Amino acid sequence: MLTLKNLTVLRGQCPVVDDVSASIGPGEFIGLIGPNGAGKTTLMRAALGLIAHRGESSLAQLDPMARARAAAWLPQAREIAWGLSVAELVALGRLPHGRDQATRGAGAVNEALARMGLETYRDRAATQLSGGEQARVLIARALAQESPLILADEPIAGLDPAAQIDTMEVFSAHARAGGAVLCSLHDLGLAARHCSRVWVMDRGRLVADGALADVLSEALLAEVFHIRAHFKMTLEGPVFQPLSTMDH
Amino acid sequence: MSYRAILIYLTLLVVALFTASLLIGPSGIGPIEGLRALVTGQGAPGLVMRELRLPRAILGVGVGAALGLSGAAMQGFLRNPLAEPGLIGTSAGAALGAVIAIQTGLYASFALALPLAALAGAGVAVALILTLAGREARALVLILAGIAVSALAGAATALVLNLAPSPYAAAEIVFWMMGSLADRSMNHVALAAPFLMLGAVILLRSGAGLDALSLGEDAAASMGVSLKRLRLQIVFGSALMVGAATAVAGAVGFVGLVVPHLLRRAVGSRPSRLLPTSALGGAAMLLAADIATRVIAPERDLKLGVLTAIVGAPFFLAMIRKMGRES
Repeated sequence: MLTLKNLTVLRGQCPVVDDVSASIGPGEFIGLIGPNGAGKTTLMRAALGLIAHRGESSLAQLDPMARARAAAWLPQAREIAWGLSVAELVALGRLPHGRDQATRGAGAVNEALARMGLETYRDRAATQLSGGEQARVLIARALAQESPLILADEPIAGLDPAAQIDTMEVFSAHARAGGAVLCSLHDLGLAARHCSRVWVMDRGRLVADGALADVLSEALLAEVFHIRAHFKMTLEGPVFQPLSTMDH
Repeated sequence: MSYRAILIYLTLLVVALFTASLLIGPSGIGPIEGLRALVTGQGAPGLVMRELRLPRAILGVGVGAALGLSGAAMQGFLRNPLAEPGLIGTSAGAALGAVIAIQTGLYASFALALPLAALAGAGVAVALILTLAGREARALVLILAGIAVSALAGAATALVLNLAPSPYAAAEIVFWMMGSLADRSMNHVALAAPFLMLGAVILLRSGAGLDALSLGEDAAASMGVSLKRLRLQIVFGSALMVGAATAVAGAVGFVGLVVPHLLRRAVGSRPSRLLPTSALGGAAMLLAADIATRVIAPERDLKLGVLTAIVGAPFFLAMIRKMGRES
């Protein structure tokens, strides 16, 4: 669904994303983790072809409309201009599908609203909702786009715990239904419980790629995240708790 | 009210005001007589109807639609309700061109010298904007370039006024800048129409891109919208319309700012739907204002731009107060 080959993004002379090669197949829910400034956002924007890059991304090679039907993008900044109604905002996700909106469009919008529990909000102005509700509306827009791949930049930042878990479950379900998700996040505990695989980025490089339980070593936590943490498999699934920062 | 109903009501309003504009004037021709004279074109009434009132009414529709449509497009593109059509410097550039034509006496040499000079001024302003903003697709750079070009054109206009050879020339310039539709001919209509129509087609086609832009530039780009192309559409479309409108009518403020505000709620805040409705709303507002200049002070030549500003500014303040209370 997405193949990256030697993807590099330069800011001046300095590589912000440095020679990343990786791929995502159907059914995968990939957590993109790494400290602030590691290049997670830049990697996703370059993979979509929204910024200049070297190397190859299978998505960036598509023409913009075809790419929009292949991949939906949820930027971190939750921008909503004007007081569009929730239903109309979610329907914007149908734009890449051109004129067939009337036939399949209404159904896709209704499904997306239902998945995010927004049926009763249909006619509310999106700008008057709370931050968490707006985040759900924007995710519903991405779902209504019905693109197999979803790239989401810190979609759970600023959400309450229940909304965070709900969002991760929506993405899991999307992957189980044959789609795929690449989602950057800082909560390693949620990544451990929901993601089928993680990509760990540090200073522009992809330093680890695999199931979180396999890649998350004390050494990696110290080297990349500068923390010590408690990580255990329990009867309730994996549990992750950061404990303290490392002394430099 | 549904979107379709709004479009129909606005169209009826424009038709009614257009007819009123044809029938109201200082020469005291009765309504029936006037309409008959318009069709036959005979005698003095025929001349007044065909050569004076018809071009004036047509320009009222064209200029108003230009200001409303480009105002709505500019607000949608910049995602800012305070944006107005002159923001990217085209109206200031057109004004400078016209003022130079008056100063040099060029405007007396042939009838369309002034509007042509104004169009050239608008064209130079657009070229300058695109050079300044370069290939940068972000809206902020465009706004800053627009402010710079407007300031430059404004300063140059002031300089021309400063160096005016006689008080008479200075008064001529000042009156032109106040905006008016009086004494325009069918030649003005013929000159402005192609620019207005081309600009309207370009802007009306930008609706889907503007809708997507409600979610931010990155999200819009990811949905297949070419931001570069959208930016060129908005810049060229509004420059064609505002340049042509300023060339034939002078500077008419507040219509492009107020009309999209008035209609936004009614169309569910959707930028694409605001485009045709603001074109109709702008036409209606300009026709009404132009009729008002003839009714309020028929003997004093009240200027159109003065009236729209005097009515528009307090109205705008009231709207801002209402918005403040709601949020």
